[in-house]
Amino acid sequence: MDVAAPALILRRRPEAGRLARLFDNKTFLICACLTPAIGLLVVFLAYPLGLGVWLAFTDTQIGGGGEYVGIENFVSLAHDPVFLKTVFQTIFYTAVATAGKFALGLWLALLLNHALPFSSIIRAIILLPWIVPTVLSAIAFWWIYDPQFSIISYVLVDRLHLLAHNIDFLGTPWHARFSLIAANIWRGIPFVAISLLAGLQTISPSLYEAAMLDGASPWQRFRFVTAPMLMPILAVVLTFSVLFTFSDFQLVYAITRGGPFDTTQLMATLAFQRGIPGGQLGEGAAIAVAMIPFLVASTLFSYFALSRRKWQQGEANE
Amino acid sequence: MAHVSIRQARKSFGATQILHGVSVEVEDGEFVILVGPSGCGKSTLLRMIAGLENISGGEIAIGGRVVNDVPPKQRDIAMVFQNYALYPHMTVRDNMAFSLKLAGATRVEIEEHVQRAARILDLAPLLARYPRQLSGGQRQRVAMGRAIVRDPQVFLFDEPLSNLDAKLRVQMRAEIKELHQRLQSTIIYVTHDQIEAMTMADKIVVMQAGRVEQVGAPLELYDRPANRFVAGFIGSPAMNFLAGRIADGAFHAGGAAWPLPNAAGGVNGAAVVYGIRPEHMMLSPGGLRATVQVIEPTGSETHVIARVGSASLVCAFRERVAARPGETIEVLPNPALAHLFDEQTGNRLN
Repeated sequence: MDVAAPALILRRRPEAGRLARLFDNKTFLICACLTPAIGLLVVFLAYPLGLGVWLAFTDTQIGGGGEYVGIENFVSLAHDPVFLKTVFQTIFYTAVATAGKFALGLWLALLLNHALPFSSIIRAIILLPWIVPTVLSAIAFWWIYDPQFSIISYVLVDRLHLLAHNIDFLGTPWHARFSLIAANIWRGIPFVAISLLAGLQTISPSLYEAAMLDGASPWQRFRFVTAPMLMPILAVVLTFSVLFTFSDFQLVYAITRGGPFDTTQLMATLAFQRGIPGGQLGEGAAIAVAMIPFLVASTLFSYFALSRRKWQQGEANE
Repeated sequence: MAHVSIRQARKSFGATQILHGVSVEVEDGEFVILVGPSGCGKSTLLRMIAGLENISGGEIAIGGRVVNDVPPKQRDIAMVFQNYALYPHMTVRDNMAFSLKLAGATRVEIEEHVQRAARILDLAPLLARYPRQLSGGQRQRVAMGRAIVRDPQVFLFDEPLSNLDAKLRVQMRAEIKELHQRLQSTIIYVTHDQIEAMTMADKIVVMQAGRVEQVGAPLELYDRPANRFVAGFIGSPAMNFLAGRIADGAFHAGGAAWPLPNAAGGVNGAAVVYGIRPEHMMLSPGGLRATVQVIEPTGSETHVIARVGSASLVCAFRERVAARPGETIEVLPNPALAHLFDEQTGNRLN
């Protein structure tokens, strides 16, 4: 047997087909395994992105061809009051909504980090706003913000008699802006709360005990132990949250469609409106491309300002 | 420095009682070690002294002041945790300075205290490092440095050496003992390792299942254990116990007659447990015949597991034993060092 076995292998070798030998080649195997993933990324990610960037430099319209026009789209956008207003609105929306999400999300996470009765059920409930499809919750908010049937107006006017008239949530610019921000915060809290809770749970309880013995008050324990140790995960969550909020489309489109008078337009909704219903594909693409610098800047900010700290690096004993 | 009085301290979590009225007196500057198997309540007691657990009953006084309702930061104690609990985002210097900073000390004061602690513990070259960049032993020293900086009335240690490897543990044991001799501070130290307790303590408190079994100096516990539990817990290899009866001035077990300790008050026919430490067995021609089962040479001594009659026995001899498993050797206990325990209560009889 032990003599026959190597002989068998030796005899088999030449019999293996060319295909089998090809798969023995490491380089070929690596390429073969990577191709599907790269293919998907190229077709569904790189190509649309590249096409979008290209369109931004053309005057393409729906149904018609287009020509390369250089930065003409961007020049005209720079003088477009609606676009400039939209940029302000997008930044305002992102800033206020992110601040709200983090304040409330962190507060919830800190509460949940204490041993509460039914804490796993509470955690599941907290995830609900995130699980519900955006458009469904948008429709719910649409009803909450309805000028005639709003439950908020009903409670304040008919029940508590605090106001004389219903609130026109979506009909006036600032009301509409804050209404959308409230809806966005409601949707975003679960993501922030659950992520930060995961971060909080990695902090060893003995650190709090040590801080307590060191004489730290509850606020000082938060300030000197919780906050710095939560910073790395906070940076990641913050980056994602800013990206999602800045490029928000669904909520705004479903509740206000950018109205009244474009006062709730975000860059994503404006790009869609100009590009698809408006037919100006080139201009819409230019608005979308104009978002990229903002997104890159916010990512870089959180990466460099918040993310990696010296104490997390350097395992080595130098 | 201060003395600590624990009077009838009780602790229960819900319906489960962890401590059943523990009383311990810790003198000023004394090194007291609470030792016992896991779950005996020793760590809970330490945490009650620190103020990290509330006290269900009885009272704890530090320096004459009852601290039952005093928050941890006002108890003037410092604690070294099992996992060190160093703040990972602070350098060694900041870790040590944290409590002083919170107390509002000036920069000069802080630097002075930190430098002093760093000098005592040889930490000066590490002050700018983060805990991640330190070895286990270094982290251990930083944790102690953090305690020293505060100059507290009482130091509490919660199994500080259990995360270190065996060699480092021996070294740190000596360092902690030396530190105590130098600072003359009151230390309460928790461990499950009886060797740590024996080597470092001025006074050992042996605990089991929420009760104090015996309090005493290390050699006192070794020489005159109050009961079977303490006898079996202190000493390595553990004491041999033989169940049998006293008859005709000797102890009879498993078909062999053992010489009784001199002061034996055993009544004829009484059922007792005979305790003899392995190191108090001697090779003695004409002694009890023992069949060798296993031989473990450790270098300095030889451990022999043998059967005398039907009883199994561990002996530790200073001399080397040439016998092989299955062969017979003749052994005899040193009767002056034998112990007799009540079979029912486990209490010491002689």
